[in-house]
Amino acid sequence: MKRYEQFPHTADIGVRVFGASLKELFENAAFAMFDIIADIENMTGEVTETFDLEAPDYEELLVSWLDELLYNFYTKQLIFNKFHIETLEEGRLRATAVGRPIGANRNRLKTEIKAATYSGLNIKKAADGYSVEIIFDV
Amino acid sequence: MTWQGPIEKIDEYRWRVPKSYKQGMRVDGVIYADAEMIEDIRHDKAAEQVANVAFLPGIVKHSLAMPDIHWGYGAPIGGVAAFDVDNNGIISPGMVGYDVNCGVRLVRTLLTEKDVQPKLRDLVSALHSDVPAGVGSTGDIKVSESEERKLLAEGASWVVKHGYGRPEDLDYTEDRGAIKGANPDDVSKRAYERGKSQSGTLGSGNHFMEVQVIDEIYDETAAGVFGLEKGQVTLMIHSGSRGLGYQVCDEYSKDFIRCLSKYNISVPDRQLACAPVNSEEGKAYLGAMKCAANYAWANRQCLMHLARLTFEKVFRLGPKDLGMDLIYDVAHNIAKIEKYKIDGKERTLCVHRKGATRAFPPGHPELPAKYSSVGQPVIIPGDMGRNSYLLVGTRKAEETFYSTCHGAGRRLSRTAAISACRGRSIGRELESKGIIVMSSGRETLAEEAPEAYKDVNEVVNVVHGAGISKRVCRMRPLGAIKG
Repeated sequence: MKRYEQFPHTADIGVRVFGASLKELFENAAFAMFDIIADIENMTGEVTETFDLEAPDYEELLVSWLDELLYNFYTKQLIFNKFHIETLEEGRLRATAVGRPIGANRNRLKTEIKAATYSGLNIKKAADGYSVEIIFDV
Repeated sequence: MTWQGPIEKIDEYRWRVPKSYKQGMRVDGVIYADAEMIEDIRHDKAAEQVANVAFLPGIVKHSLAMPDIHWGYGAPIGGVAAFDVDNNGIISPGMVGYDVNCGVRLVRTLLTEKDVQPKLRDLVSALHSDVPAGVGSTGDIKVSESEERKLLAEGASWVVKHGYGRPEDLDYTEDRGAIKGANPDDVSKRAYERGKSQSGTLGSGNHFMEVQVIDEIYDETAAGVFGLEKGQVTLMIHSGSRGLGYQVCDEYSKDFIRCLSKYNISVPDRQLACAPVNSEEGKAYLGAMKCAANYAWANRQCLMHLARLTFEKVFRLGPKDLGMDLIYDVAHNIAKIEKYKIDGKERTLCVHRKGATRAFPPGHPELPAKYSSVGQPVIIPGDMGRNSYLLVGTRKAEETFYSTCHGAGRRLSRTAAISACRGRSIGRELESKGIIVMSSGRETLAEEAPEAYKDVNEVVNVVHGAGISKRVCRMRPLGAIKG
């Protein structure tokens, strides 16, 4: 299954993310975001961060997860490329992300994402899994 | 994709999205555009977003859009809407945007194109190396949290006090570079954290610093007041509130989703989450948004200072000979409390401008005394290959809450722009037209290619034709640095 694809959005960047499960959808959404931010192929991680987040529904949880990763990217200067959702239940997410310091990897950086937005956010369930369209403000 | 909703012609430059289009719209939408542009506008969901803004409580007159309108998140870019503060009017972080007080400033020089041409490449590379830009870049100013609190309250004057610029720069900055009522307590620790190392950085994407030459004067009187003439070189700076503003918008957008049920507000898109201006939450957001706005003014002040030093170094001239005075600095992502006469009564409105510029008319009390006879300067950047404009506000713009366009407006998505530019070198194409551009991001030049934008000349034609601002002069790019 394709992890994500970009769809044209005039001002910002739109991605359509897929996942066989909700957990995979959340992992792939994070992957999509960092794939836009930096060249993360062939990058081995050395730092692991853990996340424990709460939100009233899956959509808000998804934005919180992405924004939390962005916050870590900017303040801890870490590029993440591997994501693992350990638990995901209505209202709560526990996850880890593996990455490397920006430091010597500055040349990998591509695009500044300001935030993951709530615009039109709607997680859809289909026969073969889940999908969601996310608009990133760039 | 074509938007199928109703668009009715009002006159040559105004189009209505009637409130009958969707149940829940409180007022009509009004889009400023010409006949050709309105067809283009149907190509994305921007008009739907104009209709969505019309749902918000307390909206006055119309949900407006300027001719550079395009599809954003929540509200369209180019959107203007005013809400009656004393009549349950709301404030919405999504209608301000993540980049609070993204804006532009225009700086004059005493140089002519002939002075600059021989050193143009040196100038652009010096700016490229002296001005921190690009993803994850960090700036010159590193301050403690207590000093940063002062910066948020004092805005551009804080950086001037610390040696970045001259006191008179503040006279020519919207709100003198610090909007009153900024409350650093309303800014979270995390927002401080994201903002603390980014003061004095340009950012990335469409943010830029551009060296230009004035190639046409339309209004000699106004140009004279601004000290501008044909052939003169100017510098334009486009940047915003960096990570601090993004974090403020992000956190308050989240909180305001909670306010929807609390205040019984229904919105068609979560990104339009809002709260009454007079509520506890509304006041807190306003206090924080003002801090982010002040941070952005401090940032542009700092960037201008760095540029002045670079010009001095490259041209081996002192500040007096360079004459790099600030003409004006305007915000184009902001919410402001302003007073208007509505149906004969004075009302206090919360005017949201998202990708739109305030354009006060001649005689307005908030203008610098020197500009009172001509109106507020309005700075309209175009794309890298075509023109930019300096306009002034008019009395007629009362119909748009003294607002006008903010730029050319994108017409192609970034992905479409990149694929349109595949196999081409945009840098070389611009160079063949005599324009030298350097960027930090690998794909920035393709994403920002001239064809990704509407023609700014057409956008300005509409606001001038509709009378909501008027042309003073046109600039042509010589060189630029991009994030």
